[in-house]
Parts: sequence; structure tokens; C-alpha cells
Amino acid sequence: MSIDWYIALSALLFATGAMGILLRRSPIVILLCLELMLNAGNLALVAFSRMVGNQQGQVFALVVMVVAACEVVVGLGLIVAIFRRKLPLDVDELRELRG
Amino acid sequence: MEVILFFVAAIGALGGAIGVIAMRNPFYGVLALIAHLFSLAVLFLLLTAAFVAAAQVVVYAGAVMVLYVFVVAYVGGGTESVWEPIPGQRFLAPLLGAALFVELAVAVLSSALLALGHDGPHVNPGFGDPAAIGYLLLEKFLIPFEASSMLLMLAAVGAIVLAARREVPEVVARGSSEHSSEAPAERSEDPLATTAPAHPGAAPS
Repeated sequence: MSIDWYIALSALLFATGAMGILLRRSPIVILLCLELMLNAGNLALVAFSRMVGNQQGQVFALVVMVVAACEVVVGLGLIVAIFRRKLPLDVDELRELRG
Repeated sequence: MEVILFFVAAIGALGGAIGVIAMRNPFYGVLALIAHLFSLAVLFLLLTAAFVAAAQVVVYAGAVMVLYVFVVAYVGGGTESVWEPIPGQRFLAPLLGAALFVELAVAVLSSALLALGHDGPHVNPGFGDPAAIGYLLLEKFLIPFEASSMLLMLAAVGAIVLAARREVPEVVARGSSEHSSEAPAERSEDPLATTAPAHPGAAPS
């Protein structure tokens, strides 16, 4: 299996995640689509690491996983805080910085 | 065999991604994302990245998705309103996504990458196993490793600060003995305070 298939699949997954962010309005689903885009980046990193026969790209993918976990934790904390203040969970209605 | 496995995993990953953006209920979206992550772990195994695949399953599909499930169950998976502030958003968004895919595909596949039509160099059997990745993490990339652990700790503290009930630091701040009687009245004006009844006995005076 040649490696350009993996890279094309990664581009397709990234475009799918970007489309979800443009399309959906619930903050939880937007976080899920961010996960899709980060995972597409991970797939590209691992594919490039296989392409050059070097394992450092896999270490980079692990660091991306750590960053994604941090982003999820902070984003879900924000969603819980929004829910506690009884604000609408809709990014179009949350467009003002003052709550 | 490898080709069949690649296409099965690719269809799984793509179906999971489309499920995430198409499901109306966020809970089903989380389940679709779990399927997507398992398919990606199979793809990582095909690319001889065993440790990354294991970390994907354990960390992502195990821990992070449990967090998502908890928050979706707590917040409640309400469906989105049909009110559309941007006219034509649902037609414009797939168009822009398709344009992004075409652009990315053209940019990657028209370049002179080594990968085009090539299986990659032959690697020895230990490529990407936990021993090799652990050696790289603890020898060559020790400082990024420690920095990422620091980042995880900061994110955990930040999430606690963001999502915790605000009455506990309030009580500790005004815990000096003479003002403890007026603390509940002031606390109820705080918009961040929840509706839980405040009892002054909780103040450590």
C-alpha cells in the first residue's frame, strides 16, 4: 500500500472535520470535529514518519495527542461552566464576550 | 491483505467522521468518534506505529471519550435549533469543505514527495514499538516530554478552576470569624454560584 493513500485519506478526514466545524453550532460537536482534524494531522505525521523511515514523527504524534487531551479538558470545562450559568449551548448565541 | 485492511479501516474512519458531523444527538456523535478512533488505530498499525496505535486506543478511545460521554450526559444532548443566522450555511459549508480537500490533495499529491507511489523504505521489525519510542522520548526528546507533562498538569488545574463550583474559594476567602454570618447573603448574588443552599456551617472558622 503506497503511502500517498494514507496522506490523501488524512486530507479527506481533515476536510471533513473542517466542514463539521463550519456546519454545526453545538460547542460539544465542534470539539468533536476539532478531534477529527487533530487525528487527521496525526495520521499524516505517522505516514510521513513511515515515508522517511524515521520514528521521530511518531513521537510528534504522541505530543499532538497530549495537546489534544489538554484541549479537550479545557474545552469541556468551559462547556460545563457555560451550562452551570444557564447560558445557551449554541455558538451563535454566545457571540458576546461579556456573559 | 494489507490493501483490504487499509480500505476497511479507511471506510471505517471516514464513516465515523461523517457520523460525527451528521448525527443530531451529540451522544451518537461521540460513539461515531470512538469508531473513527479505532479505525485510525488500525491504520497506525498498518504504518508500523504500534505504540502510537496502543496509545490511541488507551488514551483516546479509553480516557478522553469517557470524559466526553460524562459531559454529554451531564449537559444533556439537546438538539440544535433550526434557526440559521448565516443564510445558506448548510450549503456553503460542504462547498468550502470540498474546496479545502481539493486544495490539500492538490498541494500534497502534486508535490515531489518521496511517498508518491512508494511503499516507504524497508524498516526493521522494531520500528515504532514501545522500546524504540520510549528510548526516543526519554533520551532525545526528554525536555518536550517533560513540557508536555507540565502542560497536562496545567490543563487539569485549569479545568478544575473553570468547572468547579465557585462557593468553596468564596467561603475560604471570607472565613474570618466575624463576617461569616453575612457570607451566604453575598454569595447568593454571585451569578456564578449555583442554586445549592448555602449553609454557614461549612465555613472553616
